[in-house]
Order: sequence, then C-alpha cells, then structure tokens
Amino acid sequence: MSQTDLSINTAATAGQVKPRRHSFFYAGRRDSPFKRLLIHAALWIACLIAVYPVLRILSVSLRPGNRLLSTDLAIIPANATLESYRIVLFEKPFLTWIWNSLSITVATALIGVILAATSAYAVSRHRFPGRSPMLVFLLTTQMIPSSMLIIPLYILAVQLNLVATYRGLVIAYAVTAVPFSIWILKGYYDTIPIDLEEAARIDGCSEIEAFLRILMPLSTPALAIVFLFNFTTAWNDYLLARVILGSKEELLTWPLGLQRLQAQFLTQWGQFSAASIMVAIPVMLLFLYTSKYLISGLTLGSVKG
Amino acid sequence: MITSEVITKSLSEVGTTVLFVLVGTILLEAVLYLILMRWLKYKYALAFMLIAPAVVGLIALVVYPLVWEFNLSLTNMSLRRFKNPSYIGFGNYIDVFTEPVLKQVGFFQLFGQTIAWTAINVFFHVTFGMILALLLNREMRGRGIYRMFLIVPWAVPQVIAVLAWRGEFHYELGFVNIVLQKIGIAPVQWLSEPVANFAAMCITNIWLGIPFMMVVLLGALQSISGEYYEAAEIDGANSWQKFWQVTMPLIRPVLTPVVILGTVWTFNNFNVPFFINQNELETSDILVTALFRAAFQYNQYGFSAAFAFINFGVLLAYSLIYLRLFGGLKGAYE
Repeated sequence: MSQTDLSINTAATAGQVKPRRHSFFYAGRRDSPFKRLLIHAALWIACLIAVYPVLRILSVSLRPGNRLLSTDLAIIPANATLESYRIVLFEKPFLTWIWNSLSITVATALIGVILAATSAYAVSRHRFPGRSPMLVFLLTTQMIPSSMLIIPLYILAVQLNLVATYRGLVIAYAVTAVPFSIWILKGYYDTIPIDLEEAARIDGCSEIEAFLRILMPLSTPALAIVFLFNFTTAWNDYLLARVILGSKEELLTWPLGLQRLQAQFLTQWGQFSAASIMVAIPVMLLFLYTSKYLISGLTLGSVKG
Repeated sequence: MITSEVITKSLSEVGTTVLFVLVGTILLEAVLYLILMRWLKYKYALAFMLIAPAVVGLIALVVYPLVWEFNLSLTNMSLRRFKNPSYIGFGNYIDVFTEPVLKQVGFFQLFGQTIAWTAINVFFHVTFGMILALLLNREMRGRGIYRMFLIVPWAVPQVIAVLAWRGEFHYELGFVNIVLQKIGIAPVQWLSEPVANFAAMCITNIWLGIPFMMVVLLGALQSISGEYYEAAEIDGANSWQKFWQVTMPLIRPVLTPVVILGTVWTFNNFNVPFFINQNELETSDILVTALFRAAFQYNQYGFSAAFAFINFGVLLAYSLIYLRLFGGLKGAYE
C-alpha cells in the first residue's frame, strides 16, 4: 500500500485544528529579521529539494530526441518539443493502459464504498455479538504485508483461471480496501446523533430507510473520502496487477506500462517522462485540491465529544 | 492508439465483475433474510445482513488465502512440483534460518538490512518532518505556498516518483551524479554498488515520506494552545527546553501511532526497494523484496510461504512490544 492510502488514518488522529493564538517559538514576541531570513532560506532549500525531481521529469519529457542523453540541468531544455508526448499518445498503447486502469479503479471504488458503507452502519449502530473481535480483526489485516498475500492469491488465481483477467483484480482491490474504509466510516457515523434516525423511525421510516435517507446523505464527505481512498488504492497498485495480469500489452494498467517504458531507459526516457507527466498532473492537482479537505473532514469524524 | 475493441473488452470484463458481485450479494442477502429474519427471528438479523458481504469477501480473500498459505508453507511446492507437492512439516521454517534465502544472501543479512532500512527511514522522516513542521508553524508570508510545494513528493503517484528517481540515479545521465560532480565529489555507482544502491533506496524513500510526517506533525503542533508556552516562558524556559518539555509530551498521542504506522509501512515498503533495484542486486534486498524474489524469481512457493510467515511474525512481535512499552493505541476502538 502506498503512503497516500493510509495517510488519512493518522491525519485523523492529529486532533482538531483550533484557531491559533500563539505558536511555538513565537509566543509573545516576533522573530528577529535575521532569524526570519534563515527560516525562509531553509524553507526555500527544502522546497527546491521537494520539487526539483518532479520538474526534472517535465524537463526530460520536453527534450528533443537527439538531446535525450544530455547532462543539462536546466528545467526547460534547449529546443524543447512535445514530440515525446505525441509518440506516447499516438504510437504507444498509453491510452489503453489509462483506460484499463480507469475502468478497474471505478469498479473497485463503487464496490468498495457500498461494502464499507453498509458494514460500517452495522458496526456503528448495532452492538451485535462478535463486534469487538471484528474491529480488532479489521485493524490486524492492515499489518499483513501485501507481498505476503500475493503468493496465495497468485496460485489461487492460477488454479481458478483468473490470471490475465480483471475479475479477480477488482474484487481483491475492493476487499483489501474494506477494513480501512469501515474504520473511517464508523468514526464518521459515530459522530452523527442517532436521534435523527430515531425521529425518522417515529415518523414511520423503516431502519433501512432511515439509514438511506438520513445517515447516508449526512455522511457524504466521509463517503467521498472512502471513494477516493479506494480509488487511489487500485489506481496506484503495481504488485498485484503485475502478478495477476502478466505481460500482455493490451491488458496492462498504467503502472505496469510505465515500468515497461522505464526499463528501456536509454531509448525511451523521454516517453516515460511524458507519460508520467500526463498521469501525475491530474492526480497531483486532485491531491493538492483535496488534501486540506481530506484532513479536516476526517478530523471531524475522529474527535469524540 | 486506442481501439473501440480495447474499450469494450475492459468494460465488459469490469461490467461482468460488478454484475457478479451484485448477484452474489443479492443471493447471500436472500439466504440470510430467510434464515435469520424469517426463521430464527434473530434480534441482530439486520446487522448481520449488513456486514455479511464484506465479511464473506474478507474471508474469501484474506482469511482463506492466509490459511491456505500456511498449509502451503508445510509443503515443498515449487514451479516444478506445482501439481503434486508433498508435505514436509516445518522443514521450510528451519531452512529459512539455516539455508541462504536467495542465491547470495541469507535471512540474517536481510533481517539486518531491513532493520537498518526501517530505522534510517523512520528517523529521517520524523526528524525532517518535525523540523519543517516547526518552521511552518508560525505566522509568516508565503506559508501556504511553502506548504503546497513541500507536499509535492506525497502528491506524485508513488510508482512514478520511484521510477523517475531510478532514472536520476543513472551513472552518467542522472541529476544526482551531475550535481555531485558540480560540487566536486566523485560520481557514485548508485545502481550497481550494493551499499550505494541501499543508500539510493533510502534517499528516495526519505524524500517520499517527509511530507506526510510534516503534515501530521503540523496538525498536532497547531492544536497546542499557546498558553503552555507562555507558562513555560514565565518559568524561564529556553526554546530547547520548551520543545522537549512542552511540545514533545503534548504531541506524543499523535507521534506514537504515527511512528508505529510509519515503521510498519517502511518495513513493508515494496515499491521503493523493488523499483530502485529492479531485481538486479540481491545483496541490497530487504525482507519483502527478497520474499517476492524467492516466490516469483526462484518459484519456491512452499519455502516463500514459510518465509512470509516469519516476516509477519517479526512485524507482529515488534508491534506488540512497542504497544506494551508505550501503551500506544489505547482507545483506538471502543
């Protein structure tokens, strides 16, 4: 699992962000100009280190074919061209890979959200026998290394003829994302007063109706987060896809395809970079746009009165 | 190059999967409805009906494979004996410790490398994450912009970031060596020297992991009320004392779970060591990549299964000891 997947979990424990009056180092007095200069310099260097490797991908993707193997460090190379993008889009099966990833990912996210939403309701609103052991079990599954489950899943897929298909892959992604999704949604449902549902019951709703009409609409933010979490789990996965899908080019998802381009480093570095930029830009924009919302949305759910 | 054939093919595969799940769920619910609601009139019938699909999925795809894998670990199954493996008891578990796990390295070297890998990464993640969080936790111009740039490594899809880093560790063409040469240091064979390769793995993973720590710790720092620092100042504490006596104890509830989770993730991190190394150097493997190699390069399935359980045991022991020592995740569930 990538760090993005689980990040939300610990962000949730960070506690509610209150309006700040004072901060560390700052209590009561202003920093001296020299100190402020030092702080800005340190942050500038940190930003450079954080961003430069990503800008390098952009730089390489713009290089013309005859300058691919230069040792230039400039971000916009001399004679910049979009040739690599053209090759990737029209001569490589890049769009097929994206399409495959997209269809797998959307199906995964839909199944995952439905499974988690209903289970989390049961866990949050009912004290059925076996509830606590189940919650502990869900936490424990998070510790199983993905490379540990790969071996039996692969051999079982071979024996069930699921190799080189998307069927097993979609179900496996959705199910492995379920424990964490249930935890998030349970935390969120717990913060919504049960009185609202009880009022609806008194007005003649059945329990299922109360769940669908009252609780679900109220937990839209959490459902959106769980959808995103399921989406990124499947979208970024390499290991399971590699083992299950094998090497047929038209079946690959984008991580497998990109790895293939990267393997022919000296000839296809530009194409690899162009493809990377095209995958990364939308993902990064989405991430930067939602990151604040993700963290604050989850914090709301995790703070119990 | 995308044809309508390709589009419809993946759509129909995914569509049938969704349909399959749907039909399966409906059947399951119908059976449960008849048994629990109609027949037994059980008090918790609805709760069980709601969790049933997820539980069935987890049993089929997590519990059953693990039980099956344990069974596998007692056999000598390999690519050659795929159809007719035989039981050999706990021999595989002993072999993990006594025989070389891969061709060139044994368990204890891999174990040591994994400990080093985990310790180095978590240490730098927490240290740099804390420094950046402290720097950002003040009113100043450009705070939002700094924060946005600093979380870029977290925002890039991990596979892309790591593959790009691998390119940048190329001896002649990667920027790492070019920069080193500019400041007068001899270039390093990042991809073929075991120690340098290990360092390259660590550099990449540290770069990737700092933003997450920074964001979490910044959130924690912001929730500390300024009154604590005022009180400490009145008592004459300097910045250093304020950090260790006020900040650290107050953010411990956040720090402890993050360190545990960070350790588990780093220990289990597959992408970074695997992509930087690309299956070339056995000697810079860590346990999880060695496991993949044992299973899918040497095709020793029974042996790899035993190896996998030993890895899991190591992780479980660590988590239990840590929780016992620090009383960490108390109240995480109730």
